[in-house]
Amino acid sequence: MIAGAVIAIEVKNLLSAVIAVGVVGLALSIIFLLLKAPDVALTQIVVEIAAVILLIRATLHRDLASRSCGGRPFGAVMGIMFIGIGAVAALVTFSGGLNPFGHPLMTVSAFYPINAIAGTGAVNVVSSIILDYRAYDTLGEATVLFTAVIGVLAVMRATGKRDEEMKDDNE
Amino acid sequence: MDAHMPYLLCTILFCIGIYGILAKRNIIKIILGIVIAEYAVNLFLILVAYKAGGRAPIFDTLENGQLIQPSAMVDPLPHALVLTSIVIGLATTAFMIALAIRLYGKYGTFDITRMRELRG
Repeated sequence: MIAGAVIAIEVKNLLSAVIAVGVVGLALSIIFLLLKAPDVALTQIVVEIAAVILLIRATLHRDLASRSCGGRPFGAVMGIMFIGIGAVAALVTFSGGLNPFGHPLMTVSAFYPINAIAGTGAVNVVSSIILDYRAYDTLGEATVLFTAVIGVLAVMRATGKRDEEMKDDNE
Repeated sequence: MDAHMPYLLCTILFCIGIYGILAKRNIIKIILGIVIAEYAVNLFLILVAYKAGGRAPIFDTLENGQLIQPSAMVDPLPHALVLTSIVIGLATTAFMIALAIRLYGKYGTFDITRMRELRG
């Protein structure tokens, strides 16, 4: 999975990079299954396929797709600096507050499995949380989703005011 | 430190994503870096939720016919929040790709340094 991520960032051909990101996402869904999160794994598979299709749409039929763009030296320096900061933060977190792997902090969320069946009648605790206890979260999610759809439509529309303004400029 | 080893996976993944965002000039590569960093954060939240020997948070009968006890489940709350986060991630990714396609149509390149040089 890490190899897939490195390939995705470093490979020259954009289509190969997109497919490497698809590999990363599908490996992530397998890891979610191993971590006992089947709902998240299913969503991850669906979203991953949709994202890869969109990215291929962006890179396909582009003669420039295989032209290399090179890097930004200043950006690379900044990247290495940020990675250093991230490593220090990770060390601080690991030595400090984070619970060991396999022992989650269950102060709040212990409530949900105990009360899910009596409170909502849902057998799946995750769906009882997203559709009942935290339904406003899901409402906000749907709002963001449709706002993004409106944004994509607004950005991608074929004809618009721009063409008329261009004509005015040319005249 | 050994107890935190699985978290190193998502740390490394996040660092790769950050490096991709900062060090690349191709706009598609920058989008891929953002996507990878997003995956790393989702993975971290699911890792935090994992309980050793836990089962999926679905009330099901075990092999011996008993119902799964709530104390044997992994933490369901991060699962629900990550589910929301994944879908929002898809929405933002789609919007970024639409902007990238639009920029390509305007400038004929994915290179962000050349976009600055050309007329707007």
